[in-house]
Amino acid sequence: MMELVAPAGSFPAFKAALEAGANTVYVGFKDATNARHFAGLNFSDDQLARARALATGKSVKLYVAINTYPQACNWQQWTSAVDKAVALGADALILADTGLLAYAADNYPAMHLHLSVQASATNSLALKFYADNFAIKRAVLPRVLSLEQVATLCEHSPVDLEVFGFGSLCIMAEGRCVLSSYLTSESPNNSGACSPAKYVRWEESADGSRLSRLNNVLIDKYAPGEPASYPTLCKGRFRVGDKVYHTLEEPTSLSTLQLIPQLAKMGVKAIKIEGRQRSPVYVRQVVRVWRAALDAYAEQGEAFVPDPSWIASLDTVAEGSQTSLGAYSRPWQ
Amino acid sequence: MKITLAAIPYYWPRSEVVDFYARLCRANIDVVYLGESVCSKRSEMTLDDWLAIAAELQRAGKEVVLTSLALITGRNELQMMKRICAQGLQVEANDTATVQQLHELGQPFICGSSINIYNAPTLQYFARLGMRRWVVPVELAGPDLAALLAQTTHANPIETEILGWGKLPLAYSARCYTARAHNRPKDACKKICIDYPRGMAVSSQENTGLFTLNGIQTLSASAQDLRALLPQVRSAGVTHFRVVPELDLQSSFFDALEANISGDAQPVTIASDACNGYWFGAAGMTYK
Repeated sequence: MMELVAPAGSFPAFKAALEAGANTVYVGFKDATNARHFAGLNFSDDQLARARALATGKSVKLYVAINTYPQACNWQQWTSAVDKAVALGADALILADTGLLAYAADNYPAMHLHLSVQASATNSLALKFYADNFAIKRAVLPRVLSLEQVATLCEHSPVDLEVFGFGSLCIMAEGRCVLSSYLTSESPNNSGACSPAKYVRWEESADGSRLSRLNNVLIDKYAPGEPASYPTLCKGRFRVGDKVYHTLEEPTSLSTLQLIPQLAKMGVKAIKIEGRQRSPVYVRQVVRVWRAALDAYAEQGEAFVPDPSWIASLDTVAEGSQTSLGAYSRPWQ
Repeated sequence: MKITLAAIPYYWPRSEVVDFYARLCRANIDVVYLGESVCSKRSEMTLDDWLAIAAELQRAGKEVVLTSLALITGRNELQMMKRICAQGLQVEANDTATVQQLHELGQPFICGSSINIYNAPTLQYFARLGMRRWVVPVELAGPDLAALLAQTTHANPIETEILGWGKLPLAYSARCYTARAHNRPKDACKKICIDYPRGMAVSSQENTGLFTLNGIQTLSASAQDLRALLPQVRSAGVTHFRVVPELDLQSSFFDALEANISGDAQPVTIASDACNGYWFGAAGMTYK
């Protein structure tokens, strides 16, 4: 059975994930040491201790993401995050930085280290690098691989693999995209946030159209009544030649519910739900659907077909109310 | 400080590539990176073509480095990378797979800017595996770079290269945005990027220049230009100043750059559309 790994950006979201049937919940500290560093999100030390106790009571695993890149001036903050997560009893640490992986492997050889998607390992030799050097147990695959490529990797990977099942569709190789800092100075790598909220501004025009800006740069312009989305750079409408369109990608969410049988047969170890920045309602709804789907697959095997009500339920929380198979599907390749 | 010429990021016709290196063969450049780092479908130049150019440049006294793909996802791409590593030339690793391969071969290597090195422990780790030079990640600020190098202790000196002039590589994707701009799927791209030797310009709906589409790569719209900051760049510990190829680059550019570096010329006046924000820890697209 594939492990269902759920996000929690707050204590209520954590409880929602537990109640909805997650096998594992992943969390981050309330600072730039993780890639979802948004104001009001993530866990204080005290909240994490409570989460640990709750998870243990339910036999649910707890992973801690420390997956941004420490800089020269703040290295100790990252190593102390590793120390804290270990002391807290995390079941695994999700890391991206090579120096930090070395620190964790040297100091806590018994700790399970998972390679974060932010390290962007997209082939068997890259995975071997992390397995040989830091004895990682698992890697989260970037959302840039086709289903065939994931299958090949499952065959040749020296470690277990975790893939994204549902959530915001990051279309760049994670950890190697600095579009955000090019506009704002802050990126997931150096500050733990893409298109940080403090740079976002909304404007309403007299004609009812809405404009979204990031550090004063116009990201998108919405007609009156048109649903608007968060001004993530890669989902903006820009001009190329004389055309204005979603230059890089439409606002849409990744959903791979229909691929459950294929992913399971390939040997994928775990399914990750994206969204530590989302509400407890989102976490509950998405985890509940995926729990039901994975249980149904366990029962029905080959006969598994996603229930239309699951898809409808996921669509209500998807970006732009639509989902996509992303790189798993042909049009991308 | 040495002057380096990065690999050509764009897909140029073979004749254009050959002309480009013939023109710059005797220019004031110390190190030349050759090969394809963006897309494995680009087949104008074979590995043998690159090796022929490498030999020519070596005869002209240049240090030559072969580059490799930044995003390796397929089996063929892995095989090609291994062939590049087997040539006995220096290799720029743009992915940890290439680091692994070169380490297994016992060859020293150069880490490109898409390998995330933001702190001294990481730099030292790669140095222990055989890294002799690294290209600074584009978003790393000057003061952070200086602090990082000050904290680095390693038996062998590590060379530090910065993108001093040219468009910044900002992102890599599974999608080809040049094909997307033509409503083509990636597997039917018909190598459309050969029609865009300068990439495709992307601007906001208010005409602010933002990005340059280059296949699966997104480059900045503005060229970063650190020539006016050469004293700071040098005192941070940078040993190599990288120039990114553009179609019209002439050897006179490198003569002027060499004069700036050796202090024989007044600092250059930087074009108004250049950027240098990253050096100051500001938004990369800004100019300070």
